Amino acid sequence: MATTGIESWAVDLKDIGAIYPFQGTEGLFVLAGVVLWLGWHLIQIRAENDEYDGIISRHGDDASINEALEGE
Amino acid sequence: MEGNLNALTTVFTEFYYWATIPLMFFIHIGFCMYEVGASRRRNHLHTLMKNTMLIPLVTITFFFFGWWLYWAMPNGPFITGGLDTAAAEANTAWSETMGPNTGDRITGVFWAAFLLFSWTAASIVSGSVIERIKSGAFWILAVVIGSVAWIIDAAWGWHYGGWMVQLLGYHDAYASGVIHAIAGGFALGVLVVLGPRLGKFARDGSPRDITPHNPWLVCLGLFMIYAGFWGFYVACNVPIIDPGGIGGQITGDTWTATTIYLTPTTLGAITVNFLMSLSGGLLVGYLASKGNPFWTYSGGLAGIITASAGNDLYHPIHAMIIGGLGTYCAYKLHYWVEQKFKIDDAVGAVAVHGYAGFIGLVICGFVLWGHPSSPYEGFAAINPLGQFVGAIIMFFVLGFVPGWIVAKILAAMNLLRIPRQVELLGLDFASNREEQAAAADVRATEKAAV
Repeated sequence: MATTGIESWAVDLKDIGAIYPFQGTEGLFVLAGVVLWLGWHLIQIRAENDEYDGIISRHGDDASINEALEGE
Repeated sequence: MEGNLNALTTVFTEFYYWATIPLMFFIHIGFCMYEVGASRRRNHLHTLMKNTMLIPLVTITFFFFGWWLYWAMPNGPFITGGLDTAAAEANTAWSETMGPNTGDRITGVFWAAFLLFSWTAASIVSGSVIERIKSGAFWILAVVIGSVAWIIDAAWGWHYGGWMVQLLGYHDAYASGVIHAIAGGFALGVLVVLGPRLGKFARDGSPRDITPHNPWLVCLGLFMIYAGFWGFYVACNVPIIDPGGIGGQITGDTWTATTIYLTPTTLGAITVNFLMSLSGGLLVGYLASKGNPFWTYSGGLAGIITASAGNDLYHPIHAMIIGGLGTYCAYKLHYWVEQKFKIDDAVGAVAVHGYAGFIGLVICGFVLWGHPSSPYEGFAAINPLGQFVGAIIMFFVLGFVPGWIVAKILAAMNLLRIPRQVELLGLDFASNREEQAAAADVRATEKAAV
C-alpha cells in the first residue's frame, strides 16, 4: 500500500487526481500549519520585546546613546 | 487534458504563469535593496529582515485563507450575491487541487502568481515604515494587507465576476488600484498612527531630509523593481482563451489573450504601453525633481502605476502622457502631505503607489469612458464615477482604514513602535557591537602573531 495511493503507473492519467501522500488528512495538516503560524508570531513578539528590553537595560543611558550617535 | 490543442493550451498556460513568478521575485529583491539603501547604517539588518520575513508569513497565510477569499468574495458578499463557496471549494487550503494533482495544472501557478502580488502589496508598506516600527507589528500588518485586504479588493474589482466590475464598470487591468492604491492607502493609515522617525521634523514643523545611506543601492533596487514589473504585467493576463471558453458576448472563434476580466487585449499592446508609461514617468520625474536620481527612478515606477489601470487599451502616447501626469501629481503630493500633515513616508511609497494608483484609476474612467468592462451582458461600462468610487474603495476603504485600525490596536498593546532609546541606538546596535568586538578580537590576535 503506497502512501500516495498510486502503486503503479499502468493507469490512464485522466482517471487520477491527487498524487500526494496521506490524502484525506489535509484538514489536520492545515490546522497544524495555522497553529504553527500563530505560535510563531507569539514567540517572535516576545523575543523582540525581550531583545529591546535587554538593549535598554545595558545601553539605554544617555552616555551610551550619545556615543552610538557619534559613531553613526 | 484530452486532445492535443487542449493539452497544448493547458501546458502553455501553466508555463506562462510559472515564468511570471521568478520574474516577479525580482520585485521583492528590488524592494529589499531599496529599503536597505534608504535606511541608515545602524538599521540595515533589521530593515532587511523585516522585508524578507514577510515572504514566508504572507505565503503561508495566503495558502491558509487568502486564496479562498479571492474565490469566495466576488459578490461582496451580499452586494450581488452571497459567498461563492462553490467556486472557493477547489481553492481551500485542504482542497485536493492545491497539491500535486494530475487533473489540475493551473491552480498552483495561478495561486503563486497572485501570491507574488501579495508580497508586493506588503512590501510597498514595508519601505514607508522603516527604522521605527517593530518587526513583529509589521509582520502582522503584512498578513493583513497581503493575505486579507488586497485579496478582497481583487475579488471585488479584479475578478471577471467581481461586484465592482458588474455595478461600477470598474476597470484596473494592471492593478493601479488593486495593488498600488490599496497598499499606498494602507501605508498611510499605518504612518498616521506610527508617527515620524525621531528628528524628521524640526521644532517649527519643517521636514528634514533623512538621506539614504546608499543612493546607488536605492536606485538599483528601483531598477530591479522595473525588471520584476514585466512579470507582474504578464501575470495580469490570461494568455490564450477561445471565445467559447469565455462564454460571453464575443462571437466567432478567434482565440485571444485577455485581461483578468476576460476582455480582449494583446501582449504586444501591454509591452509597448509599459515602456511608454515608464518613459513618461522617467521624463517627468527627472524634470520635476531637477534630476534627483531617487525621484527620477521613482517617477518611472509612478508612470507605470498611473497608466496601469488602462494599459490594455491606451494608445502608447496616452500611456506616456498619463504616466507623466501621474508622476508629477504624486511627486508634488508627497511633499505637500509631508509638510502639511507631518507624515514621514521614508521611501515615498504612499505617493508612488498610493497617489499615482488613485490618480490612474480616475484618469482611466475618463479616457476609457463607455468601453465595456466585461465580455458578459449586463455589466456597467467603464465610466468616471465608477472609477472614482473604485479609487475611494481601494485607497481608503480597503487600504487606509484597515491599516489605521490594525496599527491603532497594535499601538494600544504597545506592539507598534520600537522604544525611543532603541531607535536612537539603532535596531542593529546589539549585533553591531558583537561584530565590532569580534573584529577587535581578530585584530588583536593578528597583531599578536606579528
